[in-house]
Amino acid sequence: MDIFTQQLINGLVLGSIYALVALGYTMVYGILELINFAHGEVTMIGAMVALTVIGVLMGVAPDLPGLMVVFGGLLIAIPACMALAFGIEKIAYRPLRRAPRLAPLITAIGVSIILQNLAMLVWGRQYVSFPPILPRGQHEILGAHITDLQIFIVVLSFSLMAGLWLLVERTRLGRAMRATAQSREVAELMGVNVDRVISATFVIGAAIAAIAGVMVSAYYGLAHYYMGFMLGLKAFSAAVLGGIGNIAGAMLGGLLLGVIEALGAGYIGDITGGFLGSHYQDVFAFFVLILVLVFRPSGLLGERVASRA
Amino acid sequence: MADLLVVTNVTKRFGGLAALDDVSLSVGEGEIYGLIGPNGAGKTTLFNCMTGLYSVTSGQVLLSGAAVQGLKPHQIVTRGFARTFQNIRLFANMTALENVMVGRHARTRAGVLGAVIRGARTRAEEAAIHDKARELMDYVGLKNKGRGLAGHLPYGDQRRLEIARALATEPRLLALDEPVAGMNPIERRQMGELFLKLRAGGVTLLLIEHDVKLVMGLCDRVAVLDYGRKIAEGEPESVRKDPAVIAAYLGGEAA
Repeated sequence: MDIFTQQLINGLVLGSIYALVALGYTMVYGILELINFAHGEVTMIGAMVALTVIGVLMGVAPDLPGLMVVFGGLLIAIPACMALAFGIEKIAYRPLRRAPRLAPLITAIGVSIILQNLAMLVWGRQYVSFPPILPRGQHEILGAHITDLQIFIVVLSFSLMAGLWLLVERTRLGRAMRATAQSREVAELMGVNVDRVISATFVIGAAIAAIAGVMVSAYYGLAHYYMGFMLGLKAFSAAVLGGIGNIAGAMLGGLLLGVIEALGAGYIGDITGGFLGSHYQDVFAFFVLILVLVFRPSGLLGERVASRA
Repeated sequence: MADLLVVTNVTKRFGGLAALDDVSLSVGEGEIYGLIGPNGAGKTTLFNCMTGLYSVTSGQVLLSGAAVQGLKPHQIVTRGFARTFQNIRLFANMTALENVMVGRHARTRAGVLGAVIRGARTRAEEAAIHDKARELMDYVGLKNKGRGLAGHLPYGDQRRLEIARALATEPRLLALDEPVAGMNPIERRQMGELFLKLRAGGVTLLLIEHDVKLVMGLCDRVAVLDYGRKIAEGEPESVRKDPAVIAAYLGGEAA
């Protein structure tokens, strides 16, 4: 088996999930210059809700095909996360719209902790496992394995990203989002209902996060009340890598980070002579984050923040 | 002539400073109304109070007889009040055409659902937004300049683009904040022609301007602000001869 190709595939799969979550960070940052630390938890809630629904569906309709069951889980998890993000923005962030930037940032961390603890109360401390109901086919390409699930994750992620790109570039709402990102005041004076645009931004990001949450739990086979924390941090790093506030940047940053992480995990053992193993995988995301912040704080595709009016 | 805009006893304080002190004026339907005065006289502050950016300390602003206080800026736009900015404030990273399309926001509806599902109605609306924006670009003299980024347009074109964007909201009253600042005499004359064309098209114009010649030539009536107070109002000729106005512009006591 070719380790390089294998890790590249794994990285691409992981990276497309990071990219989806990173989009939520970057869209909100683009409009509000707020780092919505609760976004990782929204992803977690998406996974948890979906798993609960999946469990119920398997109980009532044991004959339903696995894909349908997961689809049913998504069908509930997506609106649940959209409602959650709508509420978070309205209750926690909107009252602080005119406050110094530190206030909503701290609030975001607070919301994140609250959601984690709520999830712990509802779903418990133990890992919730993702039932093995999805097709488990495996294919061989270029000496590496790729599963049905991996293909599915990559294809769905790329479709979602393409869809979001079209939404932002080609629709009335997308134009309003871009206008609001450039100047909230002027957008408002041109008739854009800025509050509604901001709500829509949170809601769209949350819908994508719910899907990403289900993907992650399906991929690793489990979910946990704490899973949003690390996932959120990595996705945030991905957003910074691509240039926070830049939508194409989040996509690129997510994919790159996934690949870097997977390749790093694949080779770290060889490089350090076995001293460090692949469980040091998480180090790479933050190593990348530090490098970006030191050498190119605006990210790969980001504009210099100072150039903003 | 019905009054489209009525400003009654508006005062705006920033701390102890009264940027506007008991200002009243009214703009009739179809007028070109000039607002002049030295720098810092409160002209732009008045614009900001009228468009909902600032809340007034006291007084009232009526648009077509309805008070605009307490309305959000985007709601005031929907009531038919659009503006441009003294220091150009385009969405520089969007194309020129997209800037105008944003202006259509006030008159269109498609939301999150429409953006995701894109049914026939949404697509028809999108096409209409696009066509209207193109039409307005032509109207202000920016034919075929829609594709480039707004920030890359020449200065004079940026001013025109701001007007097109404001027109996209279908205003009854268009407030222009120093629309010919920094332009050469030829461009100024062309802008003056555009204003007359706008008025002929049924838009009432409220004009902040330093170019006295332009104001005197175009405006039906003029108000003069100085230190936040209205010191004169009337037809351009009489205002020009007003001793208080001469004193405000030249400094010192009235001759």
